[in-house]
Amino acid sequence: MRKSAIAVEAAAQLVPDGARVMIGGFLGVGSPERLIDALVARGARALTIIGNDTAYPTVGVGRLIEAGCVARVEVSHIGTNPTTQRLMSAGAIDVELIPQGTLAERIRAAGSGLGGVLTPTGVGTVVAQDKQVIEIDGASFLIEKPLRADFALLRAHEADYYGNLTYRLTAANFNPVMAFAADCVIVEPDEIVPVGVIPPDAVRTPGVLVTHIVGRAR
Amino acid sequence: MDAKEIIARRVALELRDGMLVNLGIGLPTLVARFIPKGMSVAMQSENGLIGFSAPPPDGMENRDLIDAGGGFIAALPGAASFDSATSFALIRGGHVDMAVLGALQIDAAGHLASWMIPGKFTPGMGGAMDLVAGAKRVIIAMQHVAKGEPKMVESLTLPPTATRRVSLIVTELAVIEPTDEGLALRERAPGVSVADIVASTGARLIVPEVTPEMPLCRD
Repeated sequence: MRKSAIAVEAAAQLVPDGARVMIGGFLGVGSPERLIDALVARGARALTIIGNDTAYPTVGVGRLIEAGCVARVEVSHIGTNPTTQRLMSAGAIDVELIPQGTLAERIRAAGSGLGGVLTPTGVGTVVAQDKQVIEIDGASFLIEKPLRADFALLRAHEADYYGNLTYRLTAANFNPVMAFAADCVIVEPDEIVPVGVIPPDAVRTPGVLVTHIVGRAR
Repeated sequence: MDAKEIIARRVALELRDGMLVNLGIGLPTLVARFIPKGMSVAMQSENGLIGFSAPPPDGMENRDLIDAGGGFIAALPGAASFDSATSFALIRGGHVDMAVLGALQIDAAGHLASWMIPGKFTPGMGGAMDLVAGAKRVIIAMQHVAKGEPKMVESLTLPPTATRRVSLIVTELAVIEPTDEGLALRERAPGVSVADIVASTGARLIVPEVTPEMPLCRD
């Protein structure tokens, strides 16, 4: 279905304080920087951010942390952001560390209607605490539950008017899998193109998953 | 030759033609410099690429093309990009032939701790737990001693990365292989005595009658 572009400020208004928000990106590459700036500008508070990492203090998710918008993160890595580590030590932010592959699969499970996934990753480590371990054919696996969010804020390379998306190089990362796992999916594309420009075989996220497309910067 | 180069050169000798390899951040990244000429090895970056090389020429960086350490890279002809779920399917699914990782500690059974020092430093595990769980071979590239303390210890005092035994440990002093019986000394670095290695190791070492010298380049 055809969508109309919304302003980035309007998109940020849709995300209420306290929301659970998935944000695509890996160390800021593939993160929707304009949406992040708009959330900072509107003074968002108490967000839970789900993503790979908290990037750097001046980049990507790091800017939300720096601006005090975030109460909790569910990520695989915070080593590149000293602010996240400082706030965690001070008890000012909750951090749940999730192995990167498990994070991807938990999001995929939520978006694909699965009750969870079985993974060997984390067996016998602190990641296994309070989780069920089951044996299949002599090997141990953790039961990891699905991970959903209220919003997914994505960056794509191209979006057409239907919301069909392409990604470039290492900017895809968590974006395609997050498109399945949130109630409201807002995409910030580099380019918006008319329907038909993206060949069907090149579409990596079908437009039916996208709720809103952020219009080009004016 | 400094310690890191000795380690990187020796790890590079574990590479075989046609392998898919994942190099961890830091010291393991240096291994890419010593891939033997004429050998075809595919490098995976877990943020979503197979087939990359060293940094692009100055001014030619692409903002959408980085490695898992955040540095700009160049894609090689034949490169493939994919999302994170696919990348970790490659890793957990046993499609990565060799992962080279750093370590904070390794115990006598060959178990690895690499992702946090409680109360001091918590970077997170990133992809390390998945790599140790899934790569066909896990090679540890690390300095033998950190701040005067042996990194190989009888039992871990840091949280483990996995319960799986690593395949091989390469330091600037020695090559050590975890076995059912314990840590077996396989090679010593040029000019290093077995006594030096034993003195720098906090776990019991199984020492052979003769310990061959570590080769640092292919014959």
